[in-house]
Amino acid sequence: MNRQNKIYLCAFTIIVLLIPTLVSSNYYLMVLNIAALNIIVVVGLNLFVGYAGQISLGHAAFYGMGAYISAILTTTIGLPAWPTIILAMVITGLVAYVIGIPTLKLEGHYLVMATLGFSIIINILMVQLDGLTGGPSGFPGISHLGIGPIVFATDFTFYYLVWPICVGILILSFNLIRSRIGRAMAALSSNEIAAGCAGIDTDALKIQIFVLSAVLGSLAGSLYAHYVTFISPETFSFFYSIQVITMVIIGGMGSIWGSVFGALLLTILPQILHVVEAYSVLTYGGILMVVLVFFPQGLFPGLVEAYRKRRPAAMPLSVKEVRQG
Amino acid sequence: MNVFTQLLQFLFSGLTTGSIYALIAIGFSIIQNATGIVNFAQGEFVMLGGMFMITFFGFLKLPMVLAFFLTVASVALVGCLLERGPIRHSRSKEVLILVMITIGASIFMKGLSMMVWGKDTLTLPSFSGDTPTIIFGAAVMPQSLWIFGITIVIVVALHLFFKRSLLGKALRAVAANRKTAMLAGIPVHRMVLFSFGLSGALGAVGGILITPITTTSFNVGLILGLKGFSAAILGGYGSMPGAIVGGLLLGVLESFSAGLISSQFKNAVAFLVLLLVLFFKPSGLFGTKHLRRV
Amino acid sequence: MRTVDVLMHNIHKDDTGTAILRAYGLGISFGGVEALNGLSFSIAAGEIVAIIGPNGAGKTTAINVITGIYPVVRGDVRFQGSSIAGLKPFQITALGIARTFQQVQLFANMTVLENVMTGMHSRMKSGFLGGFLHYRAQRREETGVEQRAREILDFFGLLPKADYMASHIPIRDQKRLEIARAMASNPRVLLLDEPAAGLNIRETEEMAELIRRLRNNGPTIILVEHNMHLVMDIADRVIVLHQGNKIGEGPPAAIQQDQVVMAAYLGE
Repeated sequence: MNRQNKIYLCAFTIIVLLIPTLVSSNYYLMVLNIAALNIIVVVGLNLFVGYAGQISLGHAAFYGMGAYISAILTTTIGLPAWPTIILAMVITGLVAYVIGIPTLKLEGHYLVMATLGFSIIINILMVQLDGLTGGPSGFPGISHLGIGPIVFATDFTFYYLVWPICVGILILSFNLIRSRIGRAMAALSSNEIAAGCAGIDTDALKIQIFVLSAVLGSLAGSLYAHYVTFISPETFSFFYSIQVITMVIIGGMGSIWGSVFGALLLTILPQILHVVEAYSVLTYGGILMVVLVFFPQGLFPGLVEAYRKRRPAAMPLSVKEVRQG
Repeated sequence: MNVFTQLLQFLFSGLTTGSIYALIAIGFSIIQNATGIVNFAQGEFVMLGGMFMITFFGFLKLPMVLAFFLTVASVALVGCLLERGPIRHSRSKEVLILVMITIGASIFMKGLSMMVWGKDTLTLPSFSGDTPTIIFGAAVMPQSLWIFGITIVIVVALHLFFKRSLLGKALRAVAANRKTAMLAGIPVHRMVLFSFGLSGALGAVGGILITPITTTSFNVGLILGLKGFSAAILGGYGSMPGAIVGGLLLGVLESFSAGLISSQFKNAVAFLVLLLVLFFKPSGLFGTKHLRRV
Repeated sequence: MRTVDVLMHNIHKDDTGTAILRAYGLGISFGGVEALNGLSFSIAAGEIVAIIGPNGAGKTTAINVITGIYPVVRGDVRFQGSSIAGLKPFQITALGIARTFQQVQLFANMTVLENVMTGMHSRMKSGFLGGFLHYRAQRREETGVEQRAREILDFFGLLPKADYMASHIPIRDQKRLEIARAMASNPRVLLLDEPAAGLNIRETEEMAELIRRLRNNGPTIILVEHNMHLVMDIADRVIVLHQGNKIGEGPPAAIQQDQVVMAAYLGE
């Protein structure tokens, strides 16, 4: 990780760790907790969108699988929570691998439809396999997570579980960008054929990134389940897939800080504005269109560039600034 | 009812919904051929067709034929607005971005519909009553006959349009090679606009026809759109005969699996078909594989 | 010899003279047009061979088939005796055949240095785990790779521009960078697709000099070229293509006089 990112990350971490001391409302802590979970999903999805260059509308399925698998294994089967989270990640990863192989051979918009179709099938299963999942009325009674004597049962305690995990994932992601695989991913997004001729197995890489994004989605889903202790298929619908894709697009495809920005903005803003649920669908559609039409590179990169243009013209953009993660 | 009549019943029911899927699939094909993008909002056109008809005919009590044409015109207008607005003004012309814009548009339309018409399920009366005709022992609703009839008329009209009319041929030219069409003096932008309007109109017709049977609400667009897309893929994406065959086939498959296996997984059939076709034969029934020049 | 030249020196020097790459009856069509029609040729290790021919003769198509971008529909390609038909581009690169493109295909979102480091992808080991955790072995590999990449850039005269974005350097540097990236994978065969395209006379001479220096350090070089000055200057042997088939081969001087070749270029 380069020095600039290290500084940002340190500052970010400090601010994050200090917030609960300033904010006393449990409501706001909950919103921030959900934001952290969304960041995890969005970072994973963004690696796929930004580097494999594909859009997935199916990530609600992975989020949901993480939630339900861990919930069922913990509550119904009685396994300890943490191993079920790992197990859910493995299972989700395998499913993503199996689905990914044929799906990633498809052209762009076919791939979008395939991921959407997959996501809807998973949602149908959540509803119909009600013996296992509780069906449309949901799955209650999921245990909270604990480490040793500490149980993460309140918004405050869960905050200090989920945010360190979130920051950890950010660190891992920044590390990945500056590595052999990171270069391969950048090459893939830049010029797929040249990447292949440079020795990169592009087909395998796309699947690996897809699986990675699915695994991260699953992790977030499992954490979510053990936080809210009650889950239902509604949460893991097509609309959630749209929400996270909008966060990716706002943040800028391929940008990790952008993912943080997008997830934070679209999780917190609706709460602050007390957006009535009736307007939220309309607003998301509107935001999606506006950002895509006017800022196809992302709202966050658009803002960053606008800020940069205010600097003296002597500063060239030739140097690494443009691709920092 | 013996087995034969039951199967026949499933068949008729499947052909009915299949005709609607075919109309939706044709709508996808037209925009795909003219622009290369998948119009995610196609399903919403269908939903809006039902909604507008309910407003014009049900609330405003306009005569049915007038309401029909007003609805079709309105949704065609929506299609044109979509093209002239976000699509045309998009800074990026990349296909994937444009597809995402149509996704945003479909969400927007859904949200708008939710605000205007609420979340309730709404319906239309059948065009000519509900007394079924008995064909070989199976009951066929008059609405189904309307659907078959109008769909056939539309398909024939479209065929003639693309084959004989100047506008239709211009559209085919744009589909074959945009640059060449431009050089030949065809106003490509207007052709694209027209194709969006036409797809809107087709979607509206589908919505008007099916609502008396399946009812409608603000969120039916997504599932209908996906099923229409499945049908288009099944038959060979971009091909009109493929869209028709795909639509009918999908409708029948759905109907039979609902009847013989379980109605709960009925929706899953379309998506399963979609995935299977995409994975094993993406070119569909009537498509061919091409080596692409790099 | 400079350290850099020694480092670029492949161990492949020992197999000079033997056939390193062979094409047998290659055929492929696109939408009914036969781009290659029974093309066969043999390349000996250590030589510089130029493939020439009028537009549409199939030169780039032949390279694309050899490097796995197009499938081997008819015929076969053998590299060091073994068939590489059906292999994907990344596998062919890993085996030791690298290439450049007619229109420069750099990774515009990376720096000059990173482009070369990416070229070493097939010679590196670290994967996702190393990428995430940056443990000591991974960091060591990264440092070594960066070092070697800088040496390669130095050979190509691009070291001062190592931190520039690849899209922000002049075209002559971009062409060199692409060759540098190809050389990063330590190939035995280097395929250059029109290396002189877009270069002026002086730049072309510099390119010729570069290619000669490259050959002295190891790889067999095959170039597709339109620029006859370059071809006459550096090629040991010339293969002439026309309408997907070979219509002549031999030393540059002989080809220049060949009636069949001239007729092909002038059209019938």
